[in-house]
Amino acid sequence: MSAPQWNNKVVKWVDDRLPVISMLHHSAYEYPTPKNLSYMWNFGSLAGFVLVTMILSGIFLVMNYTPHTDMAFESVERIMRDVNYGWLIRYIHMNGASMFFIVVFIHIFRGLYYGSYKAPREMLWWIGILILLAMMATAFMGYVLPWGQMSFWGATVITNLFSAFPIIGDPLVTWLWGGFSVDNPTLNRFFSLHYLMPFVILGLVVLHVWALHTVRSNNPTGVEIKTPQDSIPFHPYYTIKDLYGLGVFLIFFSAFVFFAPDYLGHPDNYIPANPLVTPPYIVPEWYFLPFYAILRSIDFTIFGIPAKLLGVLAMFASIVILFVIPWLDTSKVRSSKFRPVYKWFFWLFVIDTFILGYCGAKAPDDYFLGIPGLKVIVMGQLSTLYYFAHFLVVMPLVGKMERTKPLPASISESVLKEGANA
Amino acid sequence: MSQTVHSSGEHQPDENRRDFLTLATTAVGAVGVGCALLPFVDSMNPSKDVLALASVEVNLANIPVGQAIKVMWRGKPVFIRHRTEREINEAEDVALNELVDPQSDDARVEKKEWLIVVGVCTHLGCIPMGTATGETRGDYDGWYCPCHGSHYDTSGRIRRGPAPLNLVVPEYEFLTDTSVRIG
Repeated sequence: MSAPQWNNKVVKWVDDRLPVISMLHHSAYEYPTPKNLSYMWNFGSLAGFVLVTMILSGIFLVMNYTPHTDMAFESVERIMRDVNYGWLIRYIHMNGASMFFIVVFIHIFRGLYYGSYKAPREMLWWIGILILLAMMATAFMGYVLPWGQMSFWGATVITNLFSAFPIIGDPLVTWLWGGFSVDNPTLNRFFSLHYLMPFVILGLVVLHVWALHTVRSNNPTGVEIKTPQDSIPFHPYYTIKDLYGLGVFLIFFSAFVFFAPDYLGHPDNYIPANPLVTPPYIVPEWYFLPFYAILRSIDFTIFGIPAKLLGVLAMFASIVILFVIPWLDTSKVRSSKFRPVYKWFFWLFVIDTFILGYCGAKAPDDYFLGIPGLKVIVMGQLSTLYYFAHFLVVMPLVGKMERTKPLPASISESVLKEGANA
Repeated sequence: MSQTVHSSGEHQPDENRRDFLTLATTAVGAVGVGCALLPFVDSMNPSKDVLALASVEVNLANIPVGQAIKVMWRGKPVFIRHRTEREINEAEDVALNELVDPQSDDARVEKKEWLIVVGVCTHLGCIPMGTATGETRGDYDGWYCPCHGSHYDTSGRIRRGPAPLNLVVPEYEFLTDTSVRIG
């Protein structure tokens, strides 16, 4: 790959001094991309689009938002009622958060199914997990800003998680609050950090893309690019495919923004925060539900570790464990397409996360799907058990024991064979 | 782009078609992005609650002849001066060709005894002195801007100094003889 020659004098002048145009050309134009990528590979660029949308809509919201306990709720209502298109910008931002998680969850499941975390893509995978963690922190703090009932009590419950740690717990929570309860100092620092984090995410995304372009994209076969015949330039082939996917995604996004803007939120957050009354039914936003279910399902003590601490540790572990799966997965084959046994466990894992999400949304003493005798808490415990077993037991054992299907010699061969079969 | 991969002549018709498609796609995309950005740009315009506060009613009964007051209107001071007979004559007697921004006094007032102007110097936006009793009123008995030395007369017209235009006359309406709505 030689450096491109620029005919335009201005472009050449700039590029000779700072090769930023060459860099963009390499990474968004001629970047050799596997020629067999499916639509599952659209979600990375979609996540990038949503990030930009969130930053843009967020910047415009800040122009009218007041981070003070006396005025935050009113200022958000003013955005909804008085600011030109304020309702649109806020609904884009609110639903954009949900869209971000939908897109990123699909992106992560894609990586899990096709073994995109395996060597040499461990760094790429790690940065991805850091992005997920940063997104969760950002989303949580953003949800506090409107200072409704759910904002206040969500902030109270989540910050109280840290009180589970022995000795340092209580001083840590006081430090997080900047006082002795969630109050104006808490709101102010959450606002400050909520504005900061998206740019941290942006930086992580740059590293993520850098790592990606160093190790190259994985693909549905999991077989690396071997010859130039296996790849096509990113532009126009994948720019156009990404744009098409973006169009479909925007229809989905717009359906929420224009027709069901509050569907994914909680009506209680349109009641101003009241430190004296907790809403009777308090659940986190949908994208935190599986993790919330893991937290809640630990209602027992092990080795003298209290249930509260154990629950918090389990919840954090459910994400931290993703860091080590490149080594927990012992299979030599990346793509689940060629792993007849693991494939089923993968789908079981997907279903498991949905069950966890359902359990997180219900009260612990409800019956799971209304089935008599099956309490939500019990189902949550079973699903939590499978969640960890999937990584700690299934991944190492199936990788060793499974007889995988023969891999194609190359991406090209697999494309030609599939073409012939079609 | 400046780099052409296909250089042989036989690809020419194809390339024209592709150029057209690229241009058309880009154009449609640009229109779409423009439409999407419009609400964001418009959100920075005055909001409904700001517009709702865009007019004020002022009671004039307490302003004696020869005195002036400042009222806030859209975040700016408005000068209301109850002019004396002498001040009215001064304003009316000036020959228009002597003025930097020629405008007759008639055109700047509804009722001769009441001069209502926006109290923002047309040079760089300072508030001219001369409204409160005892403040310097400049060489022309109106207002004097301390920032860069602009002198305004008893009709609020610029007479000397760097300001290019007369003090702006806001839209207003007398509701009764002693009350006025500005804006």
